[in-house]
Amino acid sequence: MISSAYIHIPFCNYICHYCDFTKFFYNRELADQYLKALENEMVTAVGKKQQAVNTIYVGGGTPTALSYEQLEVLLKVIADSFDVMACPEYTFEANPGEFDERKLALLKQYGVNRISFGVQVFDDQMLEKLGRNHTVADVYENLRHFEKQDFQNVSVDLMYGLPGQTYKDFESSINEAIGLGLPHYSSYSLQIEPKTVFYMRNKKGKITKPVEEEEAAMYELLLNKMESNGIYQYEISNFAKPGFESQHNLTYWNNDFYFGFGAGAHGYLPGKRTVNMKPLNHYNKKALEDGLPRLHEETVEKRDAIEEQMFLGLRKTAGVSKKGFEDRFGLSINSLYRRELDYLKRKEWIEENEETIRLTKQGQLFGNIVFQEFLLEDEKL
Amino acid sequence: MSNNQIKQDNVRNFSIIAHIDHGKSTLADRILERTKALTQREMKEQFLDAMDLERERGITIKLNAVQLRYGAANGEDYLFHLIDTPGHVDFTYEVSRSLAACDGVLLVVDAAQGIEAQTLANLYLALDNDLEIIPVINKIDLPAADPERVTKELEDLLGVTKDEVIHASGKSGIGIDDILEAIVERVPAPEGEPEDPLKALIFDSLYDPYRGVIASISIKEGTVRVGQRIRMMQTEKEFEVTEIGVFNPKPTPKDSLTVGDVGYLTASIKNVSDSRVGDTITSAERPASEPLPGYKKMNPMVFCGIFPVDASNYNDLREALERLELNDSSLQYEAETSQALGFGFRCGFLGLLHMEIIQERIEREFGIDLITTAPSVIYEVELTDGETITVDNPSMMPDTQSVSEVREPFVKATIMVPNDYVGSVMEICQAKRGAFQDMQYLDDNRVNITYEIPLSEIVYDFFDQLKSQTKGYASFDYDLVGYRASNLVKMDILLNNDTIDALSFIVHRDFAYERGKAIANKLKDLIPRQQFEVPVQAAIGNKIVARSTIKAMRKNVLSKCYGGDISRKRKLLEKQKEGKKRMKMVGSVEVPQEAFMAVLEMDTDND
Repeated sequence: MISSAYIHIPFCNYICHYCDFTKFFYNRELADQYLKALENEMVTAVGKKQQAVNTIYVGGGTPTALSYEQLEVLLKVIADSFDVMACPEYTFEANPGEFDERKLALLKQYGVNRISFGVQVFDDQMLEKLGRNHTVADVYENLRHFEKQDFQNVSVDLMYGLPGQTYKDFESSINEAIGLGLPHYSSYSLQIEPKTVFYMRNKKGKITKPVEEEEAAMYELLLNKMESNGIYQYEISNFAKPGFESQHNLTYWNNDFYFGFGAGAHGYLPGKRTVNMKPLNHYNKKALEDGLPRLHEETVEKRDAIEEQMFLGLRKTAGVSKKGFEDRFGLSINSLYRRELDYLKRKEWIEENEETIRLTKQGQLFGNIVFQEFLLEDEKL
Repeated sequence: MSNNQIKQDNVRNFSIIAHIDHGKSTLADRILERTKALTQREMKEQFLDAMDLERERGITIKLNAVQLRYGAANGEDYLFHLIDTPGHVDFTYEVSRSLAACDGVLLVVDAAQGIEAQTLANLYLALDNDLEIIPVINKIDLPAADPERVTKELEDLLGVTKDEVIHASGKSGIGIDDILEAIVERVPAPEGEPEDPLKALIFDSLYDPYRGVIASISIKEGTVRVGQRIRMMQTEKEFEVTEIGVFNPKPTPKDSLTVGDVGYLTASIKNVSDSRVGDTITSAERPASEPLPGYKKMNPMVFCGIFPVDASNYNDLREALERLELNDSSLQYEAETSQALGFGFRCGFLGLLHMEIIQERIEREFGIDLITTAPSVIYEVELTDGETITVDNPSMMPDTQSVSEVREPFVKATIMVPNDYVGSVMEICQAKRGAFQDMQYLDDNRVNITYEIPLSEIVYDFFDQLKSQTKGYASFDYDLVGYRASNLVKMDILLNNDTIDALSFIVHRDFAYERGKAIANKLKDLIPRQQFEVPVQAAIGNKIVARSTIKAMRKNVLSKCYGGDISRKRKLLEKQKEGKKRMKMVGSVEVPQEAFMAVLEMDTDND
């Protein structure tokens, strides 16, 4: 029933200026403790029975910040709980310049078959401004490692809407990224989040994001470039050659269940969303004690699930399946959301056929306004 | 503990004035303890009793005046009334009436901080009321205390000698005896004849749902008794006294109060507007010929429109205003309809602070989200047909063709400020169309400046500017001096080519272009991008004087993945939806609440 797992490794050798995920500076002893705690959390939830799963995603933080030995411990812990060798999509996040061929070989050995590669931009100056520690040269060196270790399913992350980034800057990053001929790309616009260096700088007026027109133009450029190179958009921010869509990400957009292991990790289990404790010592203590390091759990009522099915599902270019919705909730989308659908169709933000409802190209630009329409009023349901 | 045995010569009525944080309440506590009004334990219990009552019955008991008994060094017993002044110094009038109930004040100054603007404002009120001033330097046991310097300040300011300044510490009890003896020796006993016609000053008035209005009174002449018919000399309303008493500190009913007594009175008064602060209570049978001096009917000077964000809250808003009016004789309101904002009320206030307090209370205590329009004053408009009308709502200003003259209220603004800031103050006053009247040096350092300024300029951001430009040192008071003709025009604001009545304002023609430009730019920033381009125009009559453009929204989609944190995505969407609800759909444009106050804030931005 739960066929995906997200595993969070909250350690980094450096902290990016925009990052608001759960992360701590890497420290050998803390990481050792953490892996023990993580093991107990996973064993408590699924046991050591090598359960079959469709996707495993190890993210961070920086999973590759762990030492070789620790990486091996982590891989073993995961392999104890899940049948990694039979797992069709087993992804590790890796940051350029932060791993070598030896670590990569280890990942391969334990069944990892996909790498999400945090390139962000092809511009050393910009990388420095982002607080990243790598250079474009690191990217190319690691790409050779992927090739040698025969990792073909590699995805690259690209950022846009960055302070000081021009349309041209982004265009050259896209061109260079596409030139690598990889099967998958994700591209996110910068969000300036509280408790980050960027947030502080932005508040003080030291940095500003490009204006909305510019950012919209960058997004449209992204869509065009990907399309003209045969890399299809399958979600607002994700592009892939056919067959290389991230099954793990699709778990989220399909509103399916997933485990969330590790400090600050989020999971979705039948009927509830789970959030783990964030501070390392709290997480470690509780996970070692009883394997349940929960900060809290939120019950997902039917109305929540319905809303989420819509605002997550519409992110996919495939849209929301009418039949899938009806099978899951026993209700028809068209009757429940008649008024909203009429309005959004009039706006030409969504389109529908017999089977599905999905965003138009224009609707993609205004996703938040579209999604908001699917939050149900109190009197409904 | 009857006060009958204590003769009028041994009564002392005083108040404590101090800057916030200079230790007023600790000092008051020490005085309460030392006068043995109650033992410490009793005091706690008594106060708790009062609070429980408050909780159970919803009665608000405010200790406006505490009666204390003090055995002085000369062997005689004295009756003290310690009278509280309202916390908001901005309610200058209320403070002045509380002080009018006294014969002396303790001027408490922090030994480290020295004299501050707020203390000064109250001190001048005390001087106005011809009160004996006892300077007290408090917190002298603090490491940072500098009593020498503060004594010098007091000497310069009050012309007192070093010996007259009392050093004290409310915290450790130092100097409390000196203070009490000084009250006995320096504060004069109340004058007045118990047999003369009654004159009782109302210095506070509070509505209680069970007993009606409870008036705090100070008896200046004559005697008041339970059952007596009384008359309010200003409003000419008559009532029968149902209860009188003193706080010692719990409310203690008495049969009568006479000259020098300070206490409370109830008389089944339904509304505080019938028992106005500053009014004189006299006997209906044997009325005094003259009321006590200093009464001012506080007429609203500032008006604004108040509308519920959610139209269905209109009746709740009316109820809230009705409830607040019971306890606030200066609040006025009448129904108003705006094309842009729908049904609401045009409300009148004493000033900006009063306006803010009422708005906040409606939002907080009654849970109604409000949209308020920028404040306006009352204009007198002479029409070409000779008729004169008053306009308190800019959108109701008649067309220029039918107007022969517009008059606006002017005030005499009195600003007291340290020497160093005279330049800044004059600059602000000039920019606010002020006409210089006078400048006087109060001492080596302090200057009193008077200007005549249009009230409409004051209600904008005058006080804020004054405070920020003088680092809070300026104290400021104003009095209406009358109406004068001004070259005023109505400025209309158009959004997407529709005139938005709630955004109209009156402006001097010389400043019209500049203000129109400022507000068009401000609105461009305050109103979020819509799905289409929205022109913002400022117009006088048919003439557009300024324009800006709110560009169409181009992109609004969250791209980030958030590592499966769906709750966060949901919260963002919910917040966005909530924000949309707090916007007002005006014509085809969604306008946030702040935009309706934009007229107010633009001056600050121009600096």
